[in-house]
Amino acid sequence: MARYGMVIDTTKCVGCQDCVIACQAENNVPEGFCRDWITTEAKGKFPTIELEIRTERCNHCTDAPCVSCCPTGASHYHDVGGVVLVNHDECIGCKACIASCPYDARYVHPEGYVDKCTFCIHRVEKGEDPACVSVCPTHCMYFGDLDDPNSEVSKLLQSRRNHSLLPEAGTKPNIFYLT
Amino acid sequence: MNEITTTRHNHLIDPTLHAWGWEIPVYLFLGGMVAGMMLISGYFLFKGRHEEKNCSCYYLPYMSLVLLSIGMFALFLDLEHKLYVWRLYTTFEITSAMSWGSWILVLVYPILFASILLRPPKMLTDKFPIVAKWQKGFLEKPSWIKSLGVLTMFFGAGIGLYTGVLLSSLGARPLWSSSILWLLFLISGLSGAAAFVHVIAKDAYERVLLAKADNAFLIIELFVIALFIIGLKTATEVQASAADLLLVGKFAAGFWVFVIGLGIIIPLFIQMLAVNNKIHHTPLAPLMVIVGGLILRFVIVSAGQYSHWFALN
Repeated sequence: MARYGMVIDTTKCVGCQDCVIACQAENNVPEGFCRDWITTEAKGKFPTIELEIRTERCNHCTDAPCVSCCPTGASHYHDVGGVVLVNHDECIGCKACIASCPYDARYVHPEGYVDKCTFCIHRVEKGEDPACVSVCPTHCMYFGDLDDPNSEVSKLLQSRRNHSLLPEAGTKPNIFYLT
Repeated sequence: MNEITTTRHNHLIDPTLHAWGWEIPVYLFLGGMVAGMMLISGYFLFKGRHEEKNCSCYYLPYMSLVLLSIGMFALFLDLEHKLYVWRLYTTFEITSAMSWGSWILVLVYPILFASILLRPPKMLTDKFPIVAKWQKGFLEKPSWIKSLGVLTMFFGAGIGLYTGVLLSSLGARPLWSSSILWLLFLISGLSGAAAFVHVIAKDAYERVLLAKADNAFLIIELFVIALFIIGLKTATEVQASAADLLLVGKFAAGFWVFVIGLGIIIPLFIQMLAVNNKIHHTPLAPLMVIVGGLILRFVIVSAGQYSHWFALN
C-alpha cells in the first residue's frame, strides 16, 4: 500500500502563504481558520542564527494518536495512501483528537465536526497534486508515495538532508523538510 | 535562541490549546466523586453493613446516579457535534480511552439501580409490586449482596481510574503524560467522596470511620502528587517544563493555594484534630476537600492543555 507524504524544501519556501490561500479556496475552509499555515523558526546564537521558513499542516502520521483516541472511529486512515481523515458524520466533536495531536493541526469546524488537512485526497484520487503543492510559486513542495523508492519524494529524502517535526513524539509523521 | 512564529490562528487552538472548558473538569470531578462513593458503598455492602438501618449504602447510589448524570450532561455540553452523540454507542474503539469510558458509564447505571433495589423507594414498590418481590429475593441472598458490593467497587474503581487514563492517554500534552494520573484522580475522588459521606452520614460509626479514612486518603494523595511531580521533573525537558507550570508557573497559585493548601493540608490538619477529639467535627474541612478536588481537575485540565511539546519559555 502506498504511503502518501510530502517533502518541503525550506531553502525555497519564502512564506508567501499561497499554499494557505489555495487550501482555503479548494477546501472551503471557513473564514478565520486554516488547515495549513506558515511557521518561521529562528535558532542559534548571534552571529550564527539559522532561519527556517516552512509550510505546516497535519503530518498524516503513520501512528496517529488522533486515530487511536477517537471514540467513534471518525478519525481514520484512508485506504488510499494511509492519509488521516475525519468522517464528518461520525465525529461527535469531543476534541480528544485535538488534545492528542502534538502538532495542533486540527480545529473545530463551525458546523461542529473536527476538520484538518486531507492532503486534498479528492484531487489526489484523480491523479492531481494537493492544492497547496500545485500553486506553490517557488515549487518548494513535493507530494508522493514515500514507500516507492523511485518516487520524487523518496529520491529527495535520499539525496538531501531533511528532518520531520517532533519525531520524539513517536507519531511517525509523513511530512519532511529539506534543509 | 529558539524563536518560533506562526500564522496559524485557529479558535480554541491558538495561541495555546484551550479546547476543553469548564465542562471536562466538572465531569472528571463528578466522575471521581461517584467513583469514590461507589467504592465506599460497595465496601459497606461487601462488609454486610446493609443490615444497619442508616447505612450510607442505601442513599449513596441515589446520589451517585444524580451526580453521574450531571457529569454526563456536562460532557454532553462539551460536545461540538451534539446531535451525533449516539455515535459513541455504535462502536467500541479498543484504543480509545473515551470509548472505554462511555461504555463503562453505561454499565455503571444497572449496578447503581441494582443497589437501589436493596431498599427501593415506596413509590416504586407501590406502583410496581414486582420490585418489592425482587427486593425480598435480593435480601434473602447475602452472597448476591456481597457480589453486588464487589461489582460496585470494581466499576467505581473503573470510573475513577478512567477519568485519569482519559487524560494520560493523550501523550501530546506533556503534563498528562504520566502513568500515575489515574491514581491521583482515583485517590482524589475517594477523598472527596469520603469527605462528602462524612458530612451527610446518619450513622455515627460511618461518620468517624470516613473522617479517619479521609485523612488517610489525603496523606496518600499528597504522596501521589509528589510522585506525579517527581515523575515529570525527571522525565523529558518538555515534561519538566510542564511540571513547572504547576510549581512556579502560570498555574502555581491555583495549585499551591487551592489544591495543596486549602484542599489537602489545612483540611487534613482540621480533621486530624477532630478525629483525635481536640475539636468538634466540622463540615468546613470536608467542604474544603471537595472544592480542592474540583480545583485539582481544573488545574490539571487547564495546565495540561497549556503544556506543549515545543519549548514553553
